Amino acid sequence: MRRQVKIGGVLRQALMLVICAISLYPIWFAIQTALKTSRAYTLNPTGFPAHPTLQNITNVLFHLPVPRWALNSALVTLGSVGISTIFALLAGYAIVFGGVRGMGFLLRVNIGLMVVPPVTLLVPMFVLMVNLGLINTLPSVIIFYSGLMVPFSVFFFVNFFRQIPGELIEAATVDGSGQLTTLRRVVLPMSFAATFTLVIVNAIWAWTELLIALVFLQNEGRLTLMAGLTQFQGRYTIDQPLVLAAVLMAIVPVVLIYLAGQRFFIRGLTAGIGK
Amino acid sequence: MNRRRQRWRRLWPYGFAGPAIVAIGFTFLYPLVQVIRYSFYTGSAGDQIYVGTANYSFVFNDPTFRISLFNNLKLLATVPVMTALALLIALMLNDQIRGWRQYRAIVFLPFILPAAAVGITFSFLLERNGGINTLLSDVGLGFLAQDWLGSPHLATPSIGAVIIWQQLGFGVVVFSAALLGLPAETVEAAQIDGASWWKIQRRIVIPQIRGIIEFFVTLEAITVLSQVFTYVYVLTAGGPADSSSVLEYYIWTNGFAQGSTGIASAVAVLMLGMASVLIVIYMRLHTRNVEM
Repeated sequence: MRRQVKIGGVLRQALMLVICAISLYPIWFAIQTALKTSRAYTLNPTGFPAHPTLQNITNVLFHLPVPRWALNSALVTLGSVGISTIFALLAGYAIVFGGVRGMGFLLRVNIGLMVVPPVTLLVPMFVLMVNLGLINTLPSVIIFYSGLMVPFSVFFFVNFFRQIPGELIEAATVDGSGQLTTLRRVVLPMSFAATFTLVIVNAIWAWTELLIALVFLQNEGRLTLMAGLTQFQGRYTIDQPLVLAAVLMAIVPVVLIYLAGQRFFIRGLTAGIGK
Repeated sequence: MNRRRQRWRRLWPYGFAGPAIVAIGFTFLYPLVQVIRYSFYTGSAGDQIYVGTANYSFVFNDPTFRISLFNNLKLLATVPVMTALALLIALMLNDQIRGWRQYRAIVFLPFILPAAAVGITFSFLLERNGGINTLLSDVGLGFLAQDWLGSPHLATPSIGAVIIWQQLGFGVVVFSAALLGLPAETVEAAQIDGASWWKIQRRIVIPQIRGIIEFFVTLEAITVLSQVFTYVYVLTAGGPADSSSVLEYYIWTNGFAQGSTGIASAVAVLMLGMASVLIVIYMRLHTRNVEM
């Protein structure tokens, strides 16, 4: 019996190591390829870089339009996450503490909207942005992203606020302070960790979105990093190391945030499941 | 002034919910109504001509549409695979084998990476002279080397493999969280009775997280049906010769590369129809969970 357990343990460790190797290999492949010259890559695509070079990374960081795209992505992410978080914070507070009829219905619709495929909204939104003269500008993407993030954000805040005792809010409001003051002075300080979690989840989504950015933005100088990457891929088909250096630019910020706040990630990204 | 204040006391929830309601109307309700309308028209935004159901009949007779739809259905096969794998890994980790936290963190990592970055990296790994084929011949399995993205019957399965690679960690984390919340007593009782590991998992553990499994399956089915554009775009661009196109990609080529919004809208409506079944299931699962 004990022997069996031991063998089972070794087997599991071996299995997990294999799975982890598969999970990490493509990332390692991108890193080591970015450190090779194009010639070295063609000769040996999988080997360890014999003469590592920072040429591709400095090219991407200083000479090609990648920093510009990264800046655009950062602006889009900041703008859309900021707007959707504020909208959802207010709505979540009203739904939980407002005690008004009809909010339950709103909540149910909201849950359905969380999983509506964005591609089905794309054609009318494109036409609308053309008519508003916003197409090919960052605000067009910021507006659409903000709206798309609202349903999940509202859902997230509602779930969190339900854990706060209503008496606390009533007491604060009876004191004569307005709702906005209660929200700012009482609720927000308690919600710091939850808000941070939501911001991370939404920021990851905005940073990684491709389809909308691809359709709405056309000038090279206005692309987001994801849209730019795909253009890069098409332009430098035979310079894999250079393309993968740009890919690393897109991955590094996400991985850094992940390493810094892993528990926030896991809590936030599993929030759409169950309660 | 006083009256206004009183009215605000009653109506502030609407004021607070206002911006979110407007945003939802603007981003969801307006486009959902418009896309249905567009699907009966042809022409560009400026001068539109009513064509009845012509867009729909065009689409149904277009072989590329059928291929795209079929590919989405093929990709649905990734859902049971990633669910079973994720469940197995989560069950192993749940016995708190040494290093389980680190394992979980590593398996989860792919899920948060940008799909475009993942897809581009895999496009180089799966090239004819790319990383995977080189690795295969390095270990003496060169005969297994394939043109993973360049052959019509392998392109879609390859896309599916990349999707599994990226989504697996999400399942592991979701199932792990559910397993951590289970009471230990039932399993301990079964262990005393001498039941085997697999039997305990199947009879006692898995049934208890059934609700979460249903959630995951629904969510992933929606994802695979309607949110895989990025993978297809960067891995194969729908090729070779449209053989790996999916509905989203069809909408994109017709609506934006070729400018026929009517056809793109008709496909969007069809996709909504299919997705709405899953969306309703998703909403049901939510209400049930709230009641639990």
